[in-house]
Amino acid sequence: MSAEPIETTYREAVREAIRDAIQRDPRVFLMGEDVGRYGGCYAVSKGLYDEFGPERIRDTPLSESGFTGAGIGAAMGGMRPIVEIMTVNFSLLALDQIVNNAATIRHMSGGQLNVPVVIRMACGAGRQLAAQHSHSLESWYASIPGIKVVAPATLEDARGMLWTALEDPDPVLIFEHVMLYNRTGRLSPDTGPVPIEGAAVRRAGDDLTLITYGGSLYKTLEAAETLAAEGVSAEVIDLRSLRPLDDAAIMASVGKTHRAVIVDEGWRTGSLAAEVSARIMEQAFWDLDAPVGRVCSAEVPIPYPKHLEDAALPQVPAILAAAKAALGR
Amino acid sequence: MTDPADTKLHLNRDHALHLLREMLRIRRFEERCAELYTEEKIRGFLHLYIGEEAIAVGVMQCLTPEDAVIATYREHGHALARGMPMTTMMAEMYGKQEGCSRGRGGSMHLFYASTRFYGGNAIVGGLLPLAIGLALADKMQGRPRVTACFFGEGAAAEGEFHESLNLAALWQLPVLFVCENNLYAMGTALERSESETHIFRKAQGYRIESESVDGMDVIAIEVAARRAAAAVRAGAGPRFLECLTYRFRAHSMFDAQLYRDKAEVEAWKEKGPVLRFGHWLEETGMLDAAGRARIEAGIEEELTAAIAFAESGTWEPVEDLTRDVYTEPRA
Repeated sequence: MSAEPIETTYREAVREAIRDAIQRDPRVFLMGEDVGRYGGCYAVSKGLYDEFGPERIRDTPLSESGFTGAGIGAAMGGMRPIVEIMTVNFSLLALDQIVNNAATIRHMSGGQLNVPVVIRMACGAGRQLAAQHSHSLESWYASIPGIKVVAPATLEDARGMLWTALEDPDPVLIFEHVMLYNRTGRLSPDTGPVPIEGAAVRRAGDDLTLITYGGSLYKTLEAAETLAAEGVSAEVIDLRSLRPLDDAAIMASVGKTHRAVIVDEGWRTGSLAAEVSARIMEQAFWDLDAPVGRVCSAEVPIPYPKHLEDAALPQVPAILAAAKAALGR
Repeated sequence: MTDPADTKLHLNRDHALHLLREMLRIRRFEERCAELYTEEKIRGFLHLYIGEEAIAVGVMQCLTPEDAVIATYREHGHALARGMPMTTMMAEMYGKQEGCSRGRGGSMHLFYASTRFYGGNAIVGGLLPLAIGLALADKMQGRPRVTACFFGEGAAAEGEFHESLNLAALWQLPVLFVCENNLYAMGTALERSESETHIFRKAQGYRIESESVDGMDVIAIEVAARRAAAAVRAGAGPRFLECLTYRFRAHSMFDAQLYRDKAEVEAWKEKGPVLRFGHWLEETGMLDAAGRARIEAGIEEELTAAIAFAESGTWEPVEDLTRDVYTEPRA
C-alpha cells in the first residue's frame, strides 16, 4: 500500500534519498564542498548537517582530488560514502581519482578489492553560469570501463537511484542536471529504490524514437507533444543509465519506429549521441528508414548571455526539425 | 618477536636477524627480477627498490595485521615485508593468473587484501587521498588502526600530496606518512624541482608532527616508526617520516641514468642498508659467516620455489578478458 503522493521537488527527492540512506546504513556519509553548514551549493543537503552532524555531513576543503580519493579509500575501508562534487567542471580536478583509481582498482587487484563509492555532481547549462560551470561532460565518464554512470531525470529516479547506487559494489557516478532541481511533481514518500540500469520509455509512440536523458528529457517530451498535435506519434526513451547503455531498449524501439533522433546536451563531437548513433548503425541498420539524427550542443564553451546560452543548447524547435528530417517532412 | 604495537624497539638477536633477513629477501628477490627481466620473463615497467629496503622493513615491524598499507609502483619491498608470499608475488611479476592480482596488475600493481595491502599505485601522489579515505573509514568506525602510506619525494610536488596532508591534519586521521626521499623523481634531482628540499618541513606546514630519519639505517627507521605509529594508533592524528635514502639501480629498466654521477651512486652504496646493518651484526657478534650463509640459503630456497611457482603458473584464458571490470552479479 503506497503512501499518498505529495508535491515535491527534484532537489527534495535527492535530499530525501540522502537522508534515507544515512538513516538506514551507518556506513553512509555525505562529503563535499559546502554540503554541511552552507547546505549544499544547490541546497540539496540543506538541513542535513543539523540533523546528522559534521561527521556524516562532512564539509571538505576545496580539494576535489583529495576528498574524492578519500571517498574511494573510505569505500575500500568499509564505508559507503556519497561524494558530492559541485559541478562536473570541478570534477576534472578529481579525474585522476575517478579514472585512475575508482575505475581500475577492482581490475588491477584481480577482483580482490571493490570500490562501492557514489559520486554525485551537478551538470548542464541553463542558469547563465558561463563556460566553467555549465558543461555536460558525462559522456567522458560514460566511456570509462569500471564505473557506472546514471542520469536521473525524474523524481522517482532522483529518489530511488541513490539507494541502489549505494548498494552497488562498484563506483557509480550520478549526474544531476541543474535545471532539474526546481522541477516539481508528486512523489510517494515511501518511494523505494529503483534500478540503476536500463532505459525507460517515457512516452510510447510508433513513428519515431526520440532518445535522450537527464535535463533534455522534458524538452524532448515537449517536442513529442507538439509532434502528436501534428499527427506524429513519437516514442521517448530516457536512457537513465549512460553506462552501461541499454542497447536492447534502444533497438526494440528503433525496430518498431524505424527512425531515431538523439537529443544530448553534450557537444556533438564524440558525444553520447555519437555512441548511441553508432550502436544503432551496428545493431539496427537494416531497420532504419532514415539516417539517425542528432540534436546536441553547439561546439562552443557555454556562453554567459541568455540568448547565446539558449542558442548553444538543444531546444524544442531543433528537436522538431530533426524529427521532421528523420520523417522526411 | 617484538610486538608490532610496542612503542619501543627491543633489539635482541632474533629481531636483528629478522630485520636483516627481511631486507635480504627484498634484495635477492629484486636482483633475480632484474635477471628475469633480461630473460623477458618479466615485461613492462620494473622499478627496483634496491638501496631503500630498510624503510619498508623498518616501518612494517610497527604495524599490526589490522593496519593498512598503501604504496607506490616501487612496492616489491613493501609487499614482501607486509607478508605477501614470494610465490604469489613472482607469479604476478610474470603476469600469471596465480599472481596476487591474477596477473592483471604486474610489478606496479601488487595488491593483497588479506594483509590489507592496497597496492601498488602508479600515479605519483594519487595514493595519498586513498590513504586518507582508508584512515577516515577506520576513524569513523572506531577502529584503532594505522594506515601506513609510502610515497617518494616526487609526490611532494603534486597537489594531491598537499590536499591529503591538509585533510589528515584537519580531520586528525590515523595516517603514518612515510616519504622515501631518494633524491630523484625519475631523473629530476630534488633541488631542481623543489623550492623546499626538506620534505618533512612541508608536513610541518600542515601542523603534522614530522621528522627526518636516516633511511639507510633500519634501526633508526624502526625506532622512529614505532614512536610515530604508536602516536597515530593512540589517536594523536597523523605523523610524517621523511626517510633519506637512495635508489642504487636505475629508475626503471629503461633508464640510462644520464642524470647522476656514477661516483655518487657508489658513495651511497657504501652507506647501503644491508651492507651497513650486516657489518654491525658481525661487529656485535650477532652474525657470523655460517649464520649469514644460512640466511642466504633460506632465501635462495624461497626464491627458487617462487620462480618455479611462477614458471608453472598459467595464463588467464582470453575469454576472461573483461573479468573484474565490474563485480559479477551473484547467481
